[in-house]
Amino acid sequence: MTSVVAPSDRPRAALPDSMRERFHRIAPTLLDTDPNVAIVLADIGTDAFDTAAAGHPGRVLNVGIREQLLIGAGAGLALAGYRPILHTYAPFLVERPFEQLKLDLGHNDLGAVLVSVGASYDASAAGRTHQAPEDVALLSALPGWRIDVPGHPDEAEALLRAAAVRTDRTYLRLSELANRNAVREAVDGAAAGRMTVVRRGRGATVLAVGPMLDQVTEAVADLDVTVVYATRIRPFDGATLGAIVREPEVIVVEPYLEGTSAAVVSDALRRQPHRLLSIGVPLHEPRHYGEPAEHTAAFGLDAAAIGRRIRSFLEQPDEDEARPGSSG
Amino acid sequence: MNSQTTSHAIRDRAIELIGLMTGDEKHDASATSTLDVLVVLYDRILNVSPATIGDPTRDRFLLSKGHGPMAYYAVLAATGFIDPDVLLSFGTYASILGRHPDRKLVPGVEISSGSLGHGLPIAVGLAHGLQTRGGASAGARVFCLVGDAEFDEGSNHEAVVLAGRLGLQRLHVVVIDNGSATYGWPGGIAARFELEGWSTRTVDGRDRIALEAAFTAAHPGRPHVVVATIAERAS
Repeated sequence: MTSVVAPSDRPRAALPDSMRERFHRIAPTLLDTDPNVAIVLADIGTDAFDTAAAGHPGRVLNVGIREQLLIGAGAGLALAGYRPILHTYAPFLVERPFEQLKLDLGHNDLGAVLVSVGASYDASAAGRTHQAPEDVALLSALPGWRIDVPGHPDEAEALLRAAAVRTDRTYLRLSELANRNAVREAVDGAAAGRMTVVRRGRGATVLAVGPMLDQVTEAVADLDVTVVYATRIRPFDGATLGAIVREPEVIVVEPYLEGTSAAVVSDALRRQPHRLLSIGVPLHEPRHYGEPAEHTAAFGLDAAAIGRRIRSFLEQPDEDEARPGSSG
Repeated sequence: MNSQTTSHAIRDRAIELIGLMTGDEKHDASATSTLDVLVVLYDRILNVSPATIGDPTRDRFLLSKGHGPMAYYAVLAATGFIDPDVLLSFGTYASILGRHPDRKLVPGVEISSGSLGHGLPIAVGLAHGLQTRGGASAGARVFCLVGDAEFDEGSNHEAVVLAGRLGLQRLHVVVIDNGSATYGWPGGIAARFELEGWSTRTVDGRDRIALEAAFTAAHPGRPHVVVATIAERAS
């Protein structure tokens, strides 16, 4: 099995495909190469698997709009010896059948690969019902989940291929938002998921998760800080972070609910004095539509706003941050 | 040795073993509503034994209704899956036998259950997977026990529809119907399955001859449900 990996240092004006499109292209081929893989769908993304379904009878199972069954049937397939890949929109994959994730997979100790699309406010115009920025926080509350947040289609592919041959419980969170280039270490099959230093500085440490890397890199361009990149956010690579952090200031920039990783970061740094700034999607009840970029701006998640928050945090340690929020 | 004698011996032994967990000799109807069904399944129907609990070709029994598992544990002890002495520890801190069963702790238990409405969706995936897998799994059947009140949970209905459309011949469901669903099932529970293309039988859940006949009825190309009705009685 070879990995289709573009050179990570090749500049590109626009990405040739999205993570979702890459998943649609690669996942069907896993059925050809691995007899243990089965795909379970709930009426989302079914067109991409039509050809594969015909070639592998029974191994692509569309359960209709039935998300409890999506997870339950996936657990049953795992009991039958399959490596099930379960796929739908994030809120319908993680939130609606949350107890099935906890019990059918978790408590029964069965493995599956959950692949979501529709990250945070990707579906901005669709409104609250199609948004789940709390997905990682929810899954983090259950033991034994591996949570992968790729920042580029190449990274998504590497993480998908690696997950397909494991037996654990993995959540692979695909987003429309992506970095212009993949991080070389993040597409290396052996190292995929490990925390990586992308830039060394003498001051604070900034942890960028998945698709936030480009904004973070731009935001801190003129600051003497270390930038660390993570695609695997659970289990949290606290040992690596603890070894990297020198100065007490630590900033975590996540593409989902703000503060999701605050507890694990604090735990990783428990032996050293530190101050933590968490940046992410604020806890709020969405009532705006429009384009994702408008939500990015409203939440202060563009490079300029992230840079302002980091500078304020570094320069005025005793002052509370003025928290950007939605304009509503 | 005819079938009734054999099943009777296991039933009597199971009743005795339930006493190790309850500490008394008389049991209310709820503790034993599943007893005859379990005795028939483990004695006459299921192709599984303590020696084959890891065999891919074995039949799988999934207790979805994880409430009141004493009859289940007693039958597993009476048929050699677990040591009868373990029953004395039922519900205590370090016991393998909780008030809802855990597949990671109890030999022969295929799923951990307790929260209602989880077993049938898992059974659908398992039956479909065994059928698709073929090979060593060919012929293995899946039996899933649910309760009539458990059937309130919508997840069951997601599973019933898909199993019917897929024609999961190796899927068997037994519904213990003791009339405990708060709003009932007008027209009968079997009608919900029949409409979705299942083969159905409704029998007296304490009549072991009728249960065995219902479990062995042919149902080519369709999943099969046995509704085992349990009349309230004062023994």
